[in-house]
Amino acid sequence: MVARVQIPQRAKRGDVIEVRIVIQHAMETGFRRDAVGQLIKRNVINIFSCRYNGVEVFRADLSSGIAANPYLQFYTVADASGEFEFSWMDDEGVQGSERRSIAVAA
Amino acid sequence: MKRRGFLAGVAGALALPLARAARAQVNPLDPHIWAITNGAPVKKGKVKLELPELADNGNSVPMKVSVESPMTEADHVKAIHLFSERNPVPRMASFYLGPRAGRAEISSRVRLAGSQTVSAIAQLSDGSFWSDSAHVQVTLSACMDES
Repeated sequence: MVARVQIPQRAKRGDVIEVRIVIQHAMETGFRRDAVGQLIKRNVINIFSCRYNGVEVFRADLSSGIAANPYLQFYTVADASGEFEFSWMDDEGVQGSERRSIAVAA
Repeated sequence: MKRRGFLAGVAGALALPLARAARAQVNPLDPHIWAITNGAPVKKGKVKLELPELADNGNSVPMKVSVESPMTEADHVKAIHLFSERNPVPRMASFYLGPRAGRAEISSRVRLAGSQTVSAIAQLSDGSFWSDSAHVQVTLSACMDES
């Protein structure tokens, strides 16, 4: 699964930084039918989490109520240089992840 | 006098839907809401849910929810839940945050199966629940037209 992440590369300690992510995923609702009238099985990203230097700073439980190619924007406090790890999983157990590093000046 | 009466009537008719929107509150007895609050009262305020009043396409509607909170260890938002009135899945999403968030604000894009009122319920670290609701008029609903 492809995702686009936007976080600042540099920040000052204590800054509230904006994190934006778009994950390419159909977020199949399970209510649609295919050409022969069969229900298409639900397959949505049901869990998303963001870890900052190993500590979870944001988590989301998603459902079919979130649009295809889910977009999330949230905030976190820059407290140390290090790495952001974004990970998610859909109903079929397919996992995805993305990493970004940040340099935090005192 | 007649004209004045008529104008008052028109003004009243125009104000009615606004008043209804302002009064729209979450029902704490709704089982999906009860599952989160466990029966605790849900107060209106602190939360701001922003959705367009009119959405052309219910498949992707921009949504922003924010909560007034200092986001400190002692006083922060623990979770924000989004509820839909008409979607087949009423609980659209739950976001979990903490003092490390710095700001209690989340944006995303939601699916709406028709015109409805969407509610956001925030759970604070002191155990209280706050909410806000927004009505969206959807021209082309999600989950209906696709083949």
